[in-house]
Amino acid sequence: MPAIGQSVPRKEAVLKVTGRARYVDDGALPGMIHGVTVRSACPRGRIRAVRFAPGIPWDEITVVTAADIPHNVVALINDDQPALADRVIGHAEEPVVLLAHADRALLQRARAGVIIDVEPLPAVLSLEEALAKTAVVWGQDNVFKEYWIRKGDVDAAAARAGLLLFEGEYATGAQEHLYIEPNGVIAEVTSDGAVTVSGSIQCPYYVQKALMKLFDLPAERARVVQCETGGGFGGKEEYPSMIAVHAALLAKKSGRPVKIIYDRAEDMAATTKRHPSRTRHRTFVTPGGRLVALDIDFVIDGGAYSTLSQVVLSRGCIHAAGPYDVEHVRIRARAVATSTPPHGAFRGFGAPQSLFALERHLDVIARRLGIAPEELRRRNFVRKGQTLATGQVVRDDIDMSGLLDRALSASDWHARRARFALESARGGDGVRRGMGLATFLHGTGFTGSGEKFLASVVGAEATPEGRVRVLAASTEIGQGTSTIFAQIAADALGVPYDDVEIATPDTRDVPNSGPTVASRTCTIVGKLVESAAASIKAQLLASGLLAAPYDSAAFRAACARYVRTHGPLRSSATYEQPPDLTWSEGTCGTLSGDAYGAYSWAVYVAQVAVDAVTFEAHVEEFWALQEVGKVIHPLLAAGQIEGGVAQGIGWALYENVVWKDGRMSNDRMTDYIVPTSADVPPIHVVFEERPYAHGPCGAKGIGELPMDGPAPAIFNAIADATGLELRRVPATPEVIFEAMEERAHG
Amino acid sequence: MADAPAPSAAAGAPDPIVLRVNGVDHALRVHPMRRLLDVLREDLRLTGTKEGCGEGECGACAVLVDGQLVDACLVAVAQVRGRAVTTIEGLATGTDGMTQLGTIQRAFIEHGGAQCGICTPGMILAARELLDRVARPDEAAIREALAGNICRCTGYTRIFASVVHAIALERGGGAP
Repeated sequence: MPAIGQSVPRKEAVLKVTGRARYVDDGALPGMIHGVTVRSACPRGRIRAVRFAPGIPWDEITVVTAADIPHNVVALINDDQPALADRVIGHAEEPVVLLAHADRALLQRARAGVIIDVEPLPAVLSLEEALAKTAVVWGQDNVFKEYWIRKGDVDAAAARAGLLLFEGEYATGAQEHLYIEPNGVIAEVTSDGAVTVSGSIQCPYYVQKALMKLFDLPAERARVVQCETGGGFGGKEEYPSMIAVHAALLAKKSGRPVKIIYDRAEDMAATTKRHPSRTRHRTFVTPGGRLVALDIDFVIDGGAYSTLSQVVLSRGCIHAAGPYDVEHVRIRARAVATSTPPHGAFRGFGAPQSLFALERHLDVIARRLGIAPEELRRRNFVRKGQTLATGQVVRDDIDMSGLLDRALSASDWHARRARFALESARGGDGVRRGMGLATFLHGTGFTGSGEKFLASVVGAEATPEGRVRVLAASTEIGQGTSTIFAQIAADALGVPYDDVEIATPDTRDVPNSGPTVASRTCTIVGKLVESAAASIKAQLLASGLLAAPYDSAAFRAACARYVRTHGPLRSSATYEQPPDLTWSEGTCGTLSGDAYGAYSWAVYVAQVAVDAVTFEAHVEEFWALQEVGKVIHPLLAAGQIEGGVAQGIGWALYENVVWKDGRMSNDRMTDYIVPTSADVPPIHVVFEERPYAHGPCGAKGIGELPMDGPAPAIFNAIADATGLELRRVPATPEVIFEAMEERAHG
Repeated sequence: MADAPAPSAAAGAPDPIVLRVNGVDHALRVHPMRRLLDVLREDLRLTGTKEGCGEGECGACAVLVDGQLVDACLVAVAQVRGRAVTTIEGLATGTDGMTQLGTIQRAFIEHGGAQCGICTPGMILAARELLDRVARPDEAAIREALAGNICRCTGYTRIFASVVHAIALERGGGAP
């Protein structure tokens, strides 16, 4: 029986339910000491001096400052972020001094005893201030990157008679990942300068690159090993490079292994969050609801260093026009610099922000036109053979109208809307209910030519026991990488799931399969797993040691015999871009062509109740329908959708990062609120499976998709329930209260 | 007993704190205000109990003390002197795969209740406490019992399904 399509037990399941899975903080090395980070309280300024208060045995403490660092940069894309601030402070919480000692209590006192004397400079504390250039903190204009998408001729279309113009501005706030395991690493530096870092890491090869650059090391002397990782969601994509170089600096100077584990407040305040955004829409529509032209201005707040913002920006830009067939589209997208900690990768990667604006805006338009929101969308869905905003011809075999029908039927949309409208007209019972939906898409894998440049590699090898081990850098961070890779390999080999092992992502042992991001693990890396496994099987068959048909025992025997007689049995597969994809990024940042090899497509529906007394919005029921190609593991796939929907609900209604002078002031779980088991409604997950030619067994990506739809669906449901056209994420009770007050009293 | 130092105590060395963890008695010479969480993880090397927030909000460090669910980050070890502590390591009878797991542990595997796994020990203990207290909890009771344990991965749906399945495993029959 094939493993794909079965909900086999998770590879590491027993370890996780028994508490035996080893996370970074569960381990220690002989002689290991602890490291802490001293950070700036000031958002921007010049460092006048760093002083060490009396009364602390400084000679016993390892102290690292910028002066100790060979190349003071955390390598990523533009290499503009220092490992420790040197002379200038770019943002609050910026690391300035590192301390290490065996005694953690002493370290806490020592941390308080480091005085960073800063001459303050004007700070830029919001996206609006960055655009207004209240101060210039980056380049000439605070703009990290600007992209454009141009399709047709928006200005000519806008001049046509008979079109209606709808304008709207939408905004989204920062979101904290709140993985339950905070960031942490252990670093070891041998006397000859070789560095080994293990930790809670999404992308071991990103960390290796940072270590190589900072310490000027060749790859074989900068080793990175992933420990069991307690959630990531993008939050452990680029940030672990920072904490890894910090621990390695302390280890090098002290000559001892160093562990750094952030406490919750530090992790919340200092590490990355979802980029805040602002989107302006000018939309030209026929009276019958046909979208003729979209003119979109999309801006994200990147924080003080460029980090991944340009990549987040391109994905947000491309998704800004949604799954619609529109003749004229112009999108201007900018990532701007502010004096806050850099914002970073977070599930969805820019798409949730721009799709929130679009899907909210379409509901506003529908209401003004007197067209049902679902019908407005139906009249504009892109179909196979038509083009998206970048000019990409849709090759996916997608029927959004059919998916919409299934969603309306599953959620009993029409009957519920009618019933809630009637209940509201009768005055309700202090609760107003409404239904809202969002229709959207999410691109699989790196944007544009990204996968071509990554050129990811996966290996496979036979073990002496006759099993096959998959060698990949893709990390298991809860989403099920190890399990689905084993399923894919097992089917390609024709052996049971249990006969496949997954190597620990360790840069010494596994090739660079690219980062574990961008909904690429299953479809892009999974395809390479399939190829590498198929190659092992082909070699065995060609050797004459195995003949089809065979069973598990015959395969294991052949494998073991091969290794005994011929030596290692290995294979490797390298990504090759499908030949029909073209992409261009013009010199002025104009994006065009095949942005992604494939898209996943979805219709999400929310039923929301708004309490007229407490002003709380509560999601009562949720329907998530999506076309994702072949589903490799139904249980894990549903778990991805449900978890993403819950994070989307949190972002939409509860998760409010409160900024004060460039710092997160609610850096505790007591006052940064994420959904609990009492807040998440029943979530109905439906998969439609239309196999994708270039995915393993036809699979596409699903990890990020569920983050895109909940916020607009929920806001649209709030509008349906109350008539309030809220335009800024999150809709906390305070926001709803103020909107109701404003409507009541003008 | 502040006025009567124990005869066995040497100068400066306080009485050991005795507690029973997963059925085994331990006499620990540790600071009485040391967090139970640190005693479990560092002194007893029971690292299945996790620290997520250190202030009793996330439930990752939840353990049972005389059957009651508590966050080990908020409890000083002196407070559990002479009491029975159950950690995740105490729920399986051995380390030999599925057969020696507790029912809730098995249910979490079969129904996808664990994703990244970091909240899982605390979540399973919260479920254990509920099932020890209520014969057939309904969905509302399950939601309430788990509301002090934050999971950022699953959206809780598979966790509810796991608990419902565990009830069936322990008490027979289908879902309540």
